[in-house]
Amino acid sequence: MAVVELQLSPLPSHVRTARLVVVAAARRAGLSDECVDELRLALGEACSRAVGLHAQHAPGTPVRVTVQDDPGLLSVTVTDSGPAAGPAPADLVDRFQGAEPDGSGPQDLVDPDVALAVVTGLVDDVSVDAGPAGTAVTMRWPLELGVAVGSTSVSR
Amino acid sequence: MDLSLSTRTEGDRTVVVVGGEIDVYTAPKLREQLIDLVSSGQYHLVVDMEGVEFLDSTGLGVLVGGLKRVRAHEGSLRLVCTQERILKIFRITGLTKVFPIHGSVEEAVAATD
Repeated sequence: MAVVELQLSPLPSHVRTARLVVVAAARRAGLSDECVDELRLALGEACSRAVGLHAQHAPGTPVRVTVQDDPGLLSVTVTDSGPAAGPAPADLVDRFQGAEPDGSGPQDLVDPDVALAVVTGLVDDVSVDAGPAGTAVTMRWPLELGVAVGSTSVSR
Repeated sequence: MDLSLSTRTEGDRTVVVVGGEIDVYTAPKLREQLIDLVSSGQYHLVVDMEGVEFLDSTGLGVLVGGLKRVRAHEGSLRLVCTQERILKIFRITGLTKVFPIHGSVEEAVAATD
């Protein structure tokens, strides 16, 4: 088992940092290119969601991101201290079209429910553990056994 | 990679060429660009996304906001995108039903409906 753990102050610029670090860790663990693309987007959504919630509700508290690489399995968990995740919106299109009536408002922040819906739509194996202290979103991908750690070429 | 933006006019359309990453950090810049275009009376937009490397739901929200703005002026907002990894998020969110998505700028500029 190998672990990479990050703590992010809730700033939008750090979402990119998290994407870069987690993608690098996943490539090293041997995750396939196709899954890396999925991870990049899903992790970005999960972190944007957490950072947005912290910016509103817990600005002094960092968001935690953990990458755990076990034989045959990569798990990435984003843990926030915001209000517990609610049920997924029934219609994402409505949700998008309802936002931003006049160009003002918190449009720069991600809609947390939409972000979570994208994560669950993208990744086959996701668990959402929501409680009063916050929400932990864990995404898992299979790793091909035998793809040696550290021997994969990291192109970028 | 950061977000890059440029605009040019083709007939009665304004083509917005977007490159790089559209995420929670850079989406506000794209939003400002779309607002500026609509404020200056350009209501028929073609957003060329072929150079986009990353797009998240914040970026989608900005595009939907742009679409609503141009529609308020009887305008249009068409997307140019053939990249599978970018199209995927449009499909997951159902926004393929909302945006006309074209395979080339020429096709988008010529499109009427």
